[in-house]
Amino acid sequence: MARLSAAGPLSITRLTAGADVTRQAITKHLNILAGAGLIRDIRVGRERLWEVETRQLEEARRCLDRISGQWDEALQRLKLAVEGEEH
Amino acid sequence: MNTSSTDRIEKQVLIKAPRKRVWRALTDTGEFGEWFRVKISGHFAPGKAISGPVLHPGYEHLTWSVTVEKMEPERFFTWRWHPHGIDPGKDYSHEPTTLVAFELEEVPGGTLLKVTESGFDKIPLERREQAFRGNSEGWSIQVGNIERYVSQHP
Repeated sequence: MARLSAAGPLSITRLTAGADVTRQAITKHLNILAGAGLIRDIRVGRERLWEVETRQLEEARRCLDRISGQWDEALQRLKLAVEGEEH
Repeated sequence: MNTSSTDRIEKQVLIKAPRKRVWRALTDTGEFGEWFRVKISGHFAPGKAISGPVLHPGYEHLTWSVTVEKMEPERFFTWRWHPHGIDPGKDYSHEPTTLVAFELEEVPGGTLLKVTESGFDKIPLERREQAFRGNSEGWSIQVGNIERYVSQHP
């Protein structure tokens, strides 16, 4: 994901180069990310390239931020509940 | 492959109380329900599924449901769940879950609680949209809840 963001559209061959995981593992991971709408594949000639779905990625970050905020609130309530009784 | 920045949430909070006390607040269903705002009963146990209604105003029609994975007393507590309120009439069993892990560490002054939720990249985006308790409007209500709690428990 980080490499696709930084380097732009890449083929599976380029993505596999230098990574210490198999092409199969990367393909599986790409399919999961695509299924989640975070990346998409495009065809350039005979090559299949993968690129980041920027809008979707922003959306995903926003969702995560919100869930993250909910954890903050929940943990704050936990802290108050546990520490509150010490006083 | 590295986990992407969209895949996980990591939190930590220092609680001025012994590990034993924090463990109880996490794993006693009554105490847990108080701060997590869910109505659950019974006991958490590895492999066990626990569910109950969400207590957030406006979200009471949703069910909170988790399956406990590991419980290592006063150290480690993990569960899997669907990271959004679920409609009790629907079957979500085939949908991917996220893993929530609570890790307790004794530190000077109390207990450091680390919380990690991971696996979001496998969750369809429209599901992530439905946050697990309430939405952004819900937050102003929550802030109100906290203020009330503080004023009642000085």
